[in-house]
Amino acid sequence: MIANFAAMDVRPGSMGCPFSLLALDQIVNNAATLRHMSGGQLSVPLVVRMATGGGRQLAAQHSHSLEGWFAHIPGIKVLAPATPADARGLLLAALEDPDPVFVFEHATLYPTEGEVDESAGPAEIGRAAVRREGSAVTLITYGGSLPKALQAADRLAVEGLEAEVIDLRSLRPLDTRAILASVARTHRAVIVDEGWRMCSFAAEVSAQIMEQGFYDLDGPVARVCSAEVPMPYAKHMEDAALPQVATIVATVQERLGRRG
Amino acid sequence: MPILGADMTAGTLVAWRKQPGDAVKRGDIIAEVETDKGLIDVEVFVSGVLEKILVAPGATVPTGAVLAVIREEGEAPGVAPPAAVPAAPPARLRISPTAKRLAEELGVDPATVRGTGPDGAITREDVERAAARPAVAPPAAPLAEADRMARMRQTIGAAMARSKREIPHYYLATTIDMHRAMAWLAEANLRRPVTERLLYGVLLLKAVALALREVPELNAVWRGGQVVRSEAVHLGVALSLRGGGLVAPALHDADRQSLGDLMRSFRDLVQRARTGGLRSSELSDPTITVTSLGDQGVDSVFGIVYPPQVAIVGFGRVAERPWSVDGTIVSRPVVTATLAADHRVSDGHRGSRFLAAVDRLLHEPARL
Amino acid sequence: MTRDEVRATVLRVLGDIAPEADLASLKPDVALREQLDLDSMDVLNFVVGLHAALGVEIPEADYPKFATLDGGVEYLTGRHAADARR
Repeated sequence: MIANFAAMDVRPGSMGCPFSLLALDQIVNNAATLRHMSGGQLSVPLVVRMATGGGRQLAAQHSHSLEGWFAHIPGIKVLAPATPADARGLLLAALEDPDPVFVFEHATLYPTEGEVDESAGPAEIGRAAVRREGSAVTLITYGGSLPKALQAADRLAVEGLEAEVIDLRSLRPLDTRAILASVARTHRAVIVDEGWRMCSFAAEVSAQIMEQGFYDLDGPVARVCSAEVPMPYAKHMEDAALPQVATIVATVQERLGRRG
Repeated sequence: MPILGADMTAGTLVAWRKQPGDAVKRGDIIAEVETDKGLIDVEVFVSGVLEKILVAPGATVPTGAVLAVIREEGEAPGVAPPAAVPAAPPARLRISPTAKRLAEELGVDPATVRGTGPDGAITREDVERAAARPAVAPPAAPLAEADRMARMRQTIGAAMARSKREIPHYYLATTIDMHRAMAWLAEANLRRPVTERLLYGVLLLKAVALALREVPELNAVWRGGQVVRSEAVHLGVALSLRGGGLVAPALHDADRQSLGDLMRSFRDLVQRARTGGLRSSELSDPTITVTSLGDQGVDSVFGIVYPPQVAIVGFGRVAERPWSVDGTIVSRPVVTATLAADHRVSDGHRGSRFLAAVDRLLHEPARL
Repeated sequence: MTRDEVRATVLRVLGDIAPEADLASLKPDVALREQLDLDSMDVLNFVVGLHAALGVEIPEADYPKFATLDGGVEYLTGRHAADARR
């Protein structure tokens, strides 16, 4: 249905990420494949905005972070803005794109305020941003985990550990070059991803570093992901299941041999 | 490879004293290793049968490396976990990819690098640090005397710099009237054959050992971020070596030895410190250090605490000085005793109790 | 035992205690402890060594008498002769 609308260049609005599962056939079999299967005759200029992620006590059926699933599929683009400027710039870029683009907006970021340059054009898809420079470790993250990673970096700085924070912004295409350049400087990587650890997007980033940046590594790549459970409703249990500033800090300290 | 000093990172295996199949018991000398403190006899910590030798003579290996496998009594052959060294490291070197590449670039042998990363992994920083220090002597060739002196000086420097950096020292001194002790000693030595004669230094050592029972927090070591008090008093005795340099091996259980036994142990220790043959336990387990610059020297010495210990006691020479007794000035042999101690562990009040106890004990030499 | 034999014995014992010392350049009338940097343990070992070599028991009170090489040889020659007569 969505794909049909899009093929007619009618661009629908947003939906909750969990509900997208009802449309997976259209997304995976139609939107992602039509350009390929029509030999380039048809394009699907579809933009889907999805509210993603947990942290709002919406429990097991409304807290998914499934952007990693979508990033698995060739034929679609997956964006994850983490700042007000990117929410605008990446959406503009998505609207200009001739192919299906899925914009995952972490729901806890909606109240975020920030200066946005109204004259700025669309952002470049496939380009990560260094949100904080550092030399001790690279924190690689996106979307709703970016503010947590930046807070963790602040705490680590108190101990004299300067963490570099990379905001991926675009999961597919992925800016592997930016990741590798940072790891070549810091020699250590910790990936913060709210998806479940098993088969997570963090796993993909980790694999790319291992494949292309192995000889720059001064220790194993670490991941901070959600616990392997359906998201709990109770606040304290939900907090325990999601990546938190403290877990990021502790993981970095452990990887740098600074604990105990 | 045992750690025979706070800053030792590697040692060279010189010779095996036992062969595979030999029975060994706790305390036996199993091998000789060359360190910057000279040739050291390595003792075993368990009784059993030497099953396998893993390091050949001539090889330089990092501290913590497994030297040999001992099958403990009652253990089935072949399944014995490495027992010669506590906390056996993994067989394969844990080194990060970038550290390994850097080691190749800088010509550093990773086997001689001490890892500080998680689980003892060698990191870039460790390799850089290792590259910055002078290369370890080539295997097998005994260290030239000059090299050993330079390395010993470097080791002393590193340990003392670390001490000054990490340990908040406080310092106390007191002057002790030694006339009773010296008179008792002269009397005692008249009755003793020349080979059994006591030096007054032994009285000082015994007094320190007994005083530690009263202020036990000074007889302790830092281990894993915690201060661990020691039941046993193993006095590290700072010994200057002829030609320069310093070692501080332990006089074990100094508080429980008679003066005669302590003197014999002391002579033996000095002899071995100067000619080689100190035992690994003597270098690794002192619980406090005593330093004395001898009777030729100065009136007082304030030591620097030797990590991981928490206190060091110093004695100047015994010298005749004017001393007030019941309102009259008389000449008395006196000695200045000092204490330098770790303020994280004790304070001046307890430290002064300790020096007061040493003073009191030296006034009753017959009870030492 | 002649004075020269005693001197040779004293030098040999000193050589065991201070193996790095150049005994040939030892000044016979300057204190041994200063020239050879002997500590009290070295002095004790010296006395024990002389006892083993010459059979002479030297009381502590007599230590000052062999502060120098000449003094020591003098003292020991006398003691050795006295002991031999007994």
